[in-house]
Amino acid sequence: MTEATAAPAPQALRPPRSQWRDVWDQFRTHKGALAGLTVFIFIVLFVAVGPLIWRISPTASPTDALTLIRSKNMGPSWAHPLGTDQLARDLLARMMAGGKISIAVGLTAMALSIFLGTLVGVLAGYFRRLDGPLMRLTDLFLALPLLPLLLVMMLLFRDPIASRLGVEAGTFLLIVSAIGITSWMQCARIVRGEVLALKEREFVLAAKSIGTPPRRMILRHILPNIMSPIMVAATLGIANAIITESALSFLGLGFPPDFPTWGRLLNDAVDLMQETPGLVIFPGIAISLTVLSVNYIGDGLRDALDPRIRGR
Amino acid sequence: MLTFTIRRLILSIPVLLLISLIIFLLLNFAPGDPLANQPLTIPPEVRAKMREALGLGAPVYVRYILWLKQFFWVEPLHAFDWAFGTHFSAGMERILSWQFRSPVFDVIVQRIPQTLTVVGMSYLIGVLIAIPIGILSAYRQYSWFDQIGTFISMIGFSVPTFFTGVVLIVVFSVELNWFPSIYDTNLKVVDWPSFVKQVQQMAMPVMVLALYNAAQISRFMRASMLDNLQQDYVRTARAKGMGERVVVLTHVLRNSLIPVVTVIALGVPSIFGGAIITEQVFKVNGLGQLLITAIYADDIPMVQTLTFIFAVLIVVFNLVADILYGLLDPRIRYD
Repeated sequence: MTEATAAPAPQALRPPRSQWRDVWDQFRTHKGALAGLTVFIFIVLFVAVGPLIWRISPTASPTDALTLIRSKNMGPSWAHPLGTDQLARDLLARMMAGGKISIAVGLTAMALSIFLGTLVGVLAGYFRRLDGPLMRLTDLFLALPLLPLLLVMMLLFRDPIASRLGVEAGTFLLIVSAIGITSWMQCARIVRGEVLALKEREFVLAAKSIGTPPRRMILRHILPNIMSPIMVAATLGIANAIITESALSFLGLGFPPDFPTWGRLLNDAVDLMQETPGLVIFPGIAISLTVLSVNYIGDGLRDALDPRIRGR
Repeated sequence: MLTFTIRRLILSIPVLLLISLIIFLLLNFAPGDPLANQPLTIPPEVRAKMREALGLGAPVYVRYILWLKQFFWVEPLHAFDWAFGTHFSAGMERILSWQFRSPVFDVIVQRIPQTLTVVGMSYLIGVLIAIPIGILSAYRQYSWFDQIGTFISMIGFSVPTFFTGVVLIVVFSVELNWFPSIYDTNLKVVDWPSFVKQVQQMAMPVMVLALYNAAQISRFMRASMLDNLQQDYVRTARAKGMGERVVVLTHVLRNSLIPVVTVIALGVPSIFGGAIITEQVFKVNGLGQLLITAIYADDIPMVQTLTFIFAVLIVVFNLVADILYGLLDPRIRYD
């Protein structure tokens, strides 16, 4: 008798499944998102671990003229799997170095834009007095012609900042802050909407009634509940930042030629595309693949984080 | 509706003024020197005279107000004079480009046709491709057509236009030799062969931009159709015994087009911005290319005016989208 009643108990007390486990299970059912994640991890490994294995320097160029002329603009070979560029530098090594900068720019600019967007969105949604002015500011930023302004900012501030902080750090800082400052508006709008809806919920009222101060209210109760839209905005923000950076570099207003980003490699190779199309194709494919995979991850995340779709 | 339109029109004035101020301050307080490109051998007093001649001697607020006056008063007056042969603007100073030494708007008017033919055509084609694809994708959700359509639109959305442009040049102009890779602006369409030539040189830039636009619009179209296909009124229409054609193409399509039309209107200004890159790839000398050369040449009046024109376009088309939304959807009348 006692055994019979004890048997079903462990089943009833099955450990609760965590929310992130559910999200992951839903995410796995989206084939595109899974493929995107695989490709993105592969690309990150390629740029992060690749240089440790493929030890040719991305800036090494033969010093004597004869070797330079012989070994420049070569097609793929065993010594140089992707060929060499117009100064006989190894394209594979340059792709790794360029990808590192491109992806770093994408991640940092996304972090900045998400931080600004969340800050503005939460403040506007939570404090009614700030709502009007902050949203007008957002509308104003949305009405700015962003690409022309980015180009102007790059042109005007690149040299002064580079001379103060060094070329690489200065350009990186400028590009990241320029992209961050011009891309937070969508995130702010989404976050504000979510906060406005959350504010009407009972648990917020309950927390307020026991005297939770606004700061803890936002950090403890509001922010964890709006993580999903922020995460989706963040993934799409990476894609946007990578495209913007490569567009700037492509127009010659991004990183200087010594720091090969994917956009810069593409820009350098455009004049040579008739003789060596590989120089154009490989960086272009790298940019496109990265952005495509990130967009697919965003698509899958949006489905996985939506509780109405999850579990169906 | 009319009061809403008027209120929005009045509200957009301070927005435009603020944007113009931001653009102006950004360009004028930047730590660069507009004379930096001049040779170092120019003596300081001559340099000071040159600054004076460029109008840089006056304080910032004077220059700002002068520029505003020129943009909003002198240039429209001049356009009026030009159109009706009057002489209201005689003796008034227009915005002068530093690199061309001629009025900024004269140069812009020369460049607009190229941008409008290439960009306008590509937007039109993009919309015409996107709407049927969106309808079919949503109607047969998860079919092979939908899968392929979604995948292609994801690609069009993700691959930057400068890469698609370069790939098209490599394929169609280097390998196959079908289309010229450089846009010839001097070409005048007078007869059939020159028309064919014009079509050939427009083909690639239009393809690139059309793919990009179609990708974005078809996603919206599909999502909007999917929303509407699940509505109760669709079931009612089917229950009344209406044909599938009428249900989808009359009832659902009309309702799903409402958000898409506003998206199309909102996309118009960003097209001018996006064309900056495509014009650079195909060497079309339109507005985008003008902006890039002006930026490189430190031609501040030109950059300032062009950027502000882009901003005006954005504000105007935002307004157009809002009004269209109210006109098309009786539930949203802002009254």
